[in-house]
Amino acid sequence: MTVSAQPIDLTLSGVTKVYPGAVALSAVDLSIRGGEVVGLIGENGAGKSTLMKVLGGTIAADAGEIVIDGIAHARLTPVQATELGIAFVHQELNPFTNLDVAGNVLLGREIRRGPFGRLDRAAMSREVAGILKPLGTRFGPDDPVLGLSLADQQMLEIARALSMNARLVILDEPTSSLTLSETERLLEVISDLRARDVAVLFITHRLSEIEAVADRVVGLRDGKNAGTLSRAEITRDRMVRMMIGRDVGRTLQRQDQTPGAPVLEVQGLRTAAHPASVVDLTLHGGEILGLAGLVGAGRSELARVLFGIDSALEGTVTINGLPLSGYSVADAIASGLCLVPEDRKGQGLLLDFGVCDNISLPSLSRLSRWGRLDPRAEMALAETSRTRLRIKAADLHRASAELSGGNQQKVVLAKWLAMEPRVLIFDEPTRGIDVGSKAEVYALMRDLADRGVAILMISSDMEEVIGVSDRVAVMCRGRIAGMLVQKAVTEEAILRLAVE
Amino acid sequence: MLRKDIGLGLLVISVGVMVALINPRFLSAVNLANTANLIGLFGLFSIAQAFVIVTAGIELSVGSVIALLGVLFVDMIANGVPWPIAALIVLGLGCIIGLLHGWLITRLRLQPFVVTLCGLLIYRGVARFYTADGTAGFPFGSSFPMLEYLTTGRTSGVPHSAVAFLFVAAGSWFLLHRTVFGRHLFAVGKNEEAARYSGINTRRTIVAAYVICAVLTALSAIFFAMYTRSVQPSSHGNFYELYAIAAAVLGGFSLRGGEGSIIGVCLGVILLQVLQNLVNLLGVPSSLNFAVMGGVILIGVIADTQFDRFRARRREALMRVTLKGENTTQ
Repeated sequence: MTVSAQPIDLTLSGVTKVYPGAVALSAVDLSIRGGEVVGLIGENGAGKSTLMKVLGGTIAADAGEIVIDGIAHARLTPVQATELGIAFVHQELNPFTNLDVAGNVLLGREIRRGPFGRLDRAAMSREVAGILKPLGTRFGPDDPVLGLSLADQQMLEIARALSMNARLVILDEPTSSLTLSETERLLEVISDLRARDVAVLFITHRLSEIEAVADRVVGLRDGKNAGTLSRAEITRDRMVRMMIGRDVGRTLQRQDQTPGAPVLEVQGLRTAAHPASVVDLTLHGGEILGLAGLVGAGRSELARVLFGIDSALEGTVTINGLPLSGYSVADAIASGLCLVPEDRKGQGLLLDFGVCDNISLPSLSRLSRWGRLDPRAEMALAETSRTRLRIKAADLHRASAELSGGNQQKVVLAKWLAMEPRVLIFDEPTRGIDVGSKAEVYALMRDLADRGVAILMISSDMEEVIGVSDRVAVMCRGRIAGMLVQKAVTEEAILRLAVE
Repeated sequence: MLRKDIGLGLLVISVGVMVALINPRFLSAVNLANTANLIGLFGLFSIAQAFVIVTAGIELSVGSVIALLGVLFVDMIANGVPWPIAALIVLGLGCIIGLLHGWLITRLRLQPFVVTLCGLLIYRGVARFYTADGTAGFPFGSSFPMLEYLTTGRTSGVPHSAVAFLFVAAGSWFLLHRTVFGRHLFAVGKNEEAARYSGINTRRTIVAAYVICAVLTALSAIFFAMYTRSVQPSSHGNFYELYAIAAAVLGGFSLRGGEGSIIGVCLGVILLQVLQNLVNLLGVPSSLNFAVMGGVILIGVIADTQFDRFRARRREALMRVTLKGENTTQ
């Protein structure tokens, strides 16, 4: 193995990455040296992941350079990145559960012996034991990976990074699924890495962890540098302000502020994703309730349970005064609750089906007689929807895959509007659709609310949450961390609640 | 009618004309009636298979079910059970087999290939055990006029198996292409998750597909048993599931689900039988039967995918043009 003991000295300068229709990174600078712990913060979509991918070599930047130990690279390949000592610990861990710890740590770099290249398990075990010891892990090299806790799996990843002589370890939201004591242990390991002159780049939404361990904080906002805070300057307030920095208007609120009758009542709901948290929520007719929170806060999971895709562990859901329990999607739709899902192409639509067939799919039993389809009634419904929602589709029989994102979203909406819903849940309603269609979707939502429909809008887009919602509920770790109304709805207030 | 069906129809006709030109005996009444009979027999279980394939599933136990239920049917009648009751029992058993497969696939989340592969082995084994590897047949000289008339009889030269096939095909066409249930089958086959998010009871839909498949297979088992009149459980119905899959694929069904038409699978069955005829009439050694069938299916599928790719490319080019148009108007 090539041991490059010298600490890393890495500088990213002017890194720019443009995707069709969106600038992911715009002239971002970042530097880190061995023995330094740098926190990287920013909202969802601020460009953190893209930056890390550039660093790891999985995507190439359009402009800018990466200078490592004085040598400039226009781009890195994943192999180069590894050779230069850059190692990732991903947010989602995928260890090979059929191998033991040593097998995972040394995967692809197994120690072999003999003429047939048999695995030298004893040597592998010794090698890995040497790496695990300073980490103080609770597992040994010969333990099976199946059954390790998430925190232990994280340690495994770190051990793997160290076994590759990593000089820079990048941790992508490592604590998002850890308990408090596990988090503490991880922070200790980070300090230990620092003592060994390893550089640690630490991406997290948990500002308290940054306060605890970071030497420096770099903020990203809308793909640009939003500032740097040195150790002495790190405070919660300054970090939150750095993440926000833009003025977001509240423009689409409804004029009449009298709340309608409660349409959806959720009491003591526990979901499998966050079994320790309980959700209580009341949604009134005529309002748009924004549901904000960070990725992984349990918002989509809540939507899935409410829609009957997954079943709740406990709790009651009441729609229009009608309590439901152990219900199916069909039951939810029948009682007036519909979901415009997050994954438009995988869940919202049948891409190969025509626009007309997609719109009529939930309404078929109403549009048919004795189970016999009535193509004319279906077409009439589709035509009405096309006019009402201004769906740009030349031929309603053509596959919906051919439509633009905004028009696809309108098709999803059209199929539910045909069911005359009382509660509509939108999960990231405008993700991946252009600005013009966004405005149209917002106007449609407001129009529906004005007709008395209760709308729950899950969104990670701050502008959208603040601009469109009448009230904002913020979720954190599976529970509603707070409810904001009127003047209290600010980006800062939402972020404070979201990061706990 | 889909464009694919028209293409396949033209292919069937041209192969038919070719065979007739090479050997005019192809158009003789005897040969046509024989061919129609075989089309009817093989068509019944091929349509059955289509219902499962459209849900992105597969049913590999067709041949073994035909053997097992054939043995039981013949044996029951030979032992004096009135044939209508025997037929009902056989259809009922088909229903149970379909329910079982559907349950294993939707509730225990087993893969259709695995479930029905086990079915293939189990039913064949049970059939052979049941007759102690002997042949199930009717007692010497016995006759069942009504049953024989219904299954192997002819009306003005048209074999009743072909008539049954036509009725089943018409009913299946209506069910698959003209009812809500049919639409749900396509939706589930295309994208089970999106279907679920649209409020479709995907489990029930899939179970129903396996039940329809197994009941139609049971019906074809009765026709086959009466056609052969004796059932040798080790060979009866061997490879029929593959024949059915071949007919469905040839008829435009995608094994990924959500695509295909009943007219297509019927044309697929007809094409396979006409090819068989071609092989026989041309004096091609019958040992080459499978090779010819395989070759034709392969060519058909290659032509089909190439055509699809061509259309997809054209569609993309078209979309780019219209998108550009949209942008400039905004």
